[in-house]
Amino acid sequence: MRWRRNNAIACCLNVSYTRRQRPTSGDLGNIGLTTEPTILKMKALSPNRNLPKCATGIAGLDEITSGGLPAGRPTLICGSAGSGKTMLAMEFLVRGATQYGEPGVFMMFEESAAELEANVRSLGFDLEKLAAKKQLVLDHVHIERSEIEETGEYDLEGLFIRLGHAVKTIGAKRVVLDTVEALFAGLPNHAILRAELRRLFRWLKDQGLTAVITGERGEQSLTRYGLEEYVADCVIILDQRIQEQISTRRLRVLKYRGSAHGTNEYPFLIGERGISVLPITSLRLDHQVSTKRIPTGIARLDEMLGGKGVFRGSSVLVSGSPGTGKSSVGAKFVETACRRGERVLLFAYEESSAQIVRNMGSIGIDLDLWMKKGLLQIHSSRPTLHGLEQHLVMMHDAVSSFQPSVVVVDPISNLSLYRNASEVKPTLMRLIDFLKQQQITTLFTSLTAGGGETPEDSQLGVSSLMDTWLLLRNVEFNGERNRTIYVLKSRGMAHSNQVREFVLSDKGIDLVDVYLGAERVLTGTARVAQEELERAAAALREEDHQRKLGQLASRQKAIEAQIAALRAESEVEAAEVAFTIARETLQQRTTQQSTDIMAQLRGADITGSGRKKEKR
Amino acid sequence: MSNPLAYELRLYVAGQTAKSLAACANLQRICETHLAGQYRIEIIDLTKNPKLAAGDQILALPTLVRRLPKPVKKIIGDLSNEERVLVGLDVRPISADRA
Repeated sequence: MRWRRNNAIACCLNVSYTRRQRPTSGDLGNIGLTTEPTILKMKALSPNRNLPKCATGIAGLDEITSGGLPAGRPTLICGSAGSGKTMLAMEFLVRGATQYGEPGVFMMFEESAAELEANVRSLGFDLEKLAAKKQLVLDHVHIERSEIEETGEYDLEGLFIRLGHAVKTIGAKRVVLDTVEALFAGLPNHAILRAELRRLFRWLKDQGLTAVITGERGEQSLTRYGLEEYVADCVIILDQRIQEQISTRRLRVLKYRGSAHGTNEYPFLIGERGISVLPITSLRLDHQVSTKRIPTGIARLDEMLGGKGVFRGSSVLVSGSPGTGKSSVGAKFVETACRRGERVLLFAYEESSAQIVRNMGSIGIDLDLWMKKGLLQIHSSRPTLHGLEQHLVMMHDAVSSFQPSVVVVDPISNLSLYRNASEVKPTLMRLIDFLKQQQITTLFTSLTAGGGETPEDSQLGVSSLMDTWLLLRNVEFNGERNRTIYVLKSRGMAHSNQVREFVLSDKGIDLVDVYLGAERVLTGTARVAQEELERAAAALREEDHQRKLGQLASRQKAIEAQIAALRAESEVEAAEVAFTIARETLQQRTTQQSTDIMAQLRGADITGSGRKKEKR
Repeated sequence: MSNPLAYELRLYVAGQTAKSLAACANLQRICETHLAGQYRIEIIDLTKNPKLAAGDQILALPTLVRRLPKPVKKIIGDLSNEERVLVGLDVRPISADRA
């Protein structure tokens, strides 16, 4: 039988798989454990589309298993008590019946049908209705050892008949055997039981039923009675761990024959809408991006961000030490979005919603108005109320039902109380991914411890996930603290790298240019004093200039006067020269005339002079 | 001890398998030996009536169910061990009575 199964698998896998997987002896489960991971990696490189998958409909699980459980094969789900095995199995059936039109049989060996119905009603599953619609059969198999006496040979044909009958009645495609291991407690002869279980799983395969078998986690092996020996196609491990008094459920796909799958541990939750698994490392990074920009509500901050604000659907981190005004920036962002008529969700982990409304009223932000208009929802809760994952699922639910276009989390750092950053980051990454995929613009505030010489260190490692990072800092100088703001990064836009002073008043938020002296940045009263000094200096300079201009004017006047005097002098000289010339000309002429007259009188030859005379 | 039908027994089998046949024969023999006149046997073939399996929580086959007297008792297997069957049915063997 083992050989046959391997051959069947080999058909849909590559040759190396067959070679590796064909054992000469030994336990199937062990082989699976040791060699599977490498094989699966090879599979991931050359995906084989032959293996049919059976979608579970469970949020996140189909993503991890790239499509669901192996169709027509059994899957083992093991975990300790209370790890959620039954819930997972039940949801698999209910979703199969309601979403994929595949009726299912739930055979339970521990709980009674009534108990199970009551248990899953909290997830919104109405088993009675499904049973009435012939989409589901619940069969409670109960064995009371004290009632049973064994004499001689027997088999478990009764179980087969019951299962077969149930499957036939509704045409089931899915089967769940919830802790078939309970049989080990009920039936003393384990040799017979093991043989029969082997036959059962073979039978399930032959019937083409996609089966989920749950098993209690054992100390040495995966399951207490070694069920993994029989169910080797797909093994999922559930786990519930308590850390710092907060429990987290985790899921891991240990093996999955013939298919690539996520190999990490994924936190999952049993919420109001069933199970949701959070695949930490999102398998895709392909969300749509928008080129539209939305203002932050602080005009000068928008100016710093290339003049238009942040991209729609991007994530903004506002970090700072206590009292730097992070919440105020968040509230302003909320108000601005509401003014545009957009829906906003505010998750508050520090203050109650009434307190937020009151406090923000003091800086002129009326959040109550928008709450009444139904555009704003504030979800306040204590971060310690749930584990981080539970919070994420609540956020997920709130976002899904309210459909906001802006989400503000104040502060995100509180979610990570008592948790180490390596755990928080992947979970937050998941949240950010989810919101980005919904094209929701997000603003997270984050508290940095103390004064924060290097605030870059204390951002839960999420800063790399953020598109825009605003840093608020307190500057202590001259006996006072002042708030400053700067844009640490802002992807995809030109942004100012200059520090601005951040001023909160009853008129709202404003940014003021800081005094950038040669030695330091001055803020607050130091800035004011410096500005006063500068004003005085400027006034002085102004007067100086006026005086200099006056001097220049009078000098110009003096020079002009000199020029006038000189000109007058030269005019006099010119007149004198002209007079002299005139006088001399006259004298000459007079002399000539008298000479001519004298010559006439003397009767002298006057041709030369006569010709001259004619000419004239 | 004269109630003629003190023992109401039901034997579940699946078809005419060797185990089924053995169980039937063993049961008849044991009852005739120890419970003559006080019993009634009903044999149910689950291959013909699969619905009935759930009612008595039948899993293993063959299963003998002692419906009366209360409490309900179940004996699984081909009933080849007479002593165990008698213990299971809470019937003291006649041989023991005599001793």
